[in-house]
Amino acid sequence: MNVHEFQAKQLFAQFGVPVPRGKEITTPEGATAWAHELNTPVFVVKAQIHAGGRGKAGGVKITKDKGAIAGLAKELLGKTLITHQTGPKGRTVHRLLLEEGANIAKELYLSILVDRDTGWPTFIASTEGGMEIEEVAEKTPEKIIKEAIDPAVGFQGHNGRNVAFALGLQHMEPAVINPFVQMLGNLYRLFMEKHAALVEINPLIITKEKTLVALDGKVSFDDNGMFKHEDVQQMRDLNEEDPLEIEATANNLNYVKLDGNIGCMVNGAGLAMATMDVIKLAGSEPANFLDVGGGATKDTVAAGFRILLKDPNVKGIFINIFGGIVRCERIAHGVIEAAKEVKIAVPLVVRLQGTNADEGRKLLADSGLKLEVANDLWEAAQKIVKLTGKAA
Amino acid sequence: MSILVNKHTRVVVQGITGKEGSFHATQCKAYGTKMVAGVTPGKAGQEVEGIPVFNTVADAVKKTDCDTSLIFVPPPFCADAILEAADAGVKLIICITEGIPVNDMVKVKRALHGRDVRLIGPNCPGVITVDEAKIGIMPGFIHKRGVVGVVSRSGTLTYEAVHQLSTLGLGETTCVGIGGDPVNGTGFVDVLPLFEKDPETQAVVMIGEIGGDAEEKAAEYIKQHVKKPVISFIAGITAPPGRRMGHAGAIISGGKGTASEKMKALESAGVRVVKNPAEIGHAVLKALGR
Repeated sequence: MNVHEFQAKQLFAQFGVPVPRGKEITTPEGATAWAHELNTPVFVVKAQIHAGGRGKAGGVKITKDKGAIAGLAKELLGKTLITHQTGPKGRTVHRLLLEEGANIAKELYLSILVDRDTGWPTFIASTEGGMEIEEVAEKTPEKIIKEAIDPAVGFQGHNGRNVAFALGLQHMEPAVINPFVQMLGNLYRLFMEKHAALVEINPLIITKEKTLVALDGKVSFDDNGMFKHEDVQQMRDLNEEDPLEIEATANNLNYVKLDGNIGCMVNGAGLAMATMDVIKLAGSEPANFLDVGGGATKDTVAAGFRILLKDPNVKGIFINIFGGIVRCERIAHGVIEAAKEVKIAVPLVVRLQGTNADEGRKLLADSGLKLEVANDLWEAAQKIVKLTGKAA
Repeated sequence: MSILVNKHTRVVVQGITGKEGSFHATQCKAYGTKMVAGVTPGKAGQEVEGIPVFNTVADAVKKTDCDTSLIFVPPPFCADAILEAADAGVKLIICITEGIPVNDMVKVKRALHGRDVRLIGPNCPGVITVDEAKIGIMPGFIHKRGVVGVVSRSGTLTYEAVHQLSTLGLGETTCVGIGGDPVNGTGFVDVLPLFEKDPETQAVVMIGEIGGDAEEKAAEYIKQHVKKPVISFIAGITAPPGRRMGHAGAIISGGKGTASEKMKALESAGVRVVKNPAEIGHAVLKALGR
């Protein structure tokens, strides 16, 4: 789960990580009121969407004129921002962050995540603040500093000092070394306590006043840990999510919308990905990832159909079930029942294998439904691609 | 021969009185696995399908000499359950539970480090040595005793591969699901040497997916140490970056962990990489010259 920059900064402040004074804004009037309270030489208005590249897309405005704030807010609210992370449709701006500007002396990069290789939380830092860290890692890997934190004892002062001196803070501004070490300790606490998946500050700045400020902030969370954090769940912004994905989650389905035109419904994440891959090999493109899970029932199958059919790109549906615990005859009943409730006007190929597959296939064949039954994965993929026509 | 588990393995099921736990304990027992104990705190004295239930894993070990644990405990309590099994002296812990917070697993992995215990999973189908012991949720009947070792990050995709191997008459020795989470107990590189040493295993099927670099690490290992043919499929060539594909670990981030990078690494290590998941079985036949 992702949150907005202003929410990330609220969490930073809560954990003692310095951020600019700022506030979430949803109306031009609210912007004017906060601008008066903020009373700073430079104002920054930042569009809040769950995507990077906002600056380049015109989503960040800077002004010294308090009187111009309402106009800038009006311009940004409701605007659609298209960045390299939003896709061609872009994202509508529903909220802004209005905060004080800062006197930047130096920009740094700082983040923390779990290194999958070691299983240890690891800080990543670089002197190349404000740049895409992937690009830095690619072009100048020597500028990437890593510091792993032993989860048995947690963050220690030397972890922070290692990063501080590797960055060369002693040359840039010795006054920020201690606050920097403390800040890393605070970020580690935030990361572990809130079950974050990533905490990123880019840029982290040293100001001309010799202080550290998190000028931007990104936090994403481990969905599996969210049951422990009511406060973080409240930060979820449904505007930022695909409506079909929201509906899927509500039905305990795991759905990711893609751009192709063959809808697929599969049990198990690995097999669901493999099914997408086999559709592509057969000459078309998958419209989605959909894992109905281990306990697929008539209701989950019906919900799956409804979601797939709401995507106007879907020109055919491929159901691929490998029955283990899930029995194929139950899935067959589910398909037959669901087909009565949900009108399916596109070609349908059902491949059943595993527990009670023969029984399931017979049920489908005798149901009178307009569908094709297949035994084998490749045969099924070719059938659905043939029925829907190859991708342009 | 086989790896990890066999007909002598004595299993305790943690969370045996739950819906999943009791169902699968029954299934494993029916397969012929020695299911000797169950644990649910506060339910000692009960039985599930003739399997005695204890309050703690320590009690179960003392009374039944169980050496392997199969865990169905719900995510909020699962890290605790894994550590309880380790503290009680269980040597092999197979954790089926899906949805354990990553940071919980970070602590568990660190706590198990350097100890004489192996964790498989979490979020995995378990381990089966065909006709000897089924310790997990996989359907037993699709397996056929044979010559191929299977190691996989996925569940149902593994069944798909096993089904092909069985149908083609190749059969399997042991199948190990290592799970789809970003931080897990056992990786490909831990299982590959076991298969390499096992005299009955003639070839290894390795099923990976996008995310992380477990497959790249495996490629390095195979290049140096594995002489048996390895056949691999990597799921997720069509998966877009930044989107989590079901498994918490299946996400392409920062341009890393793509299926094509993994395929390239494996191919350069001499692994036969199959692009079409429907052809895994045939690729093994070919690798074994049959």
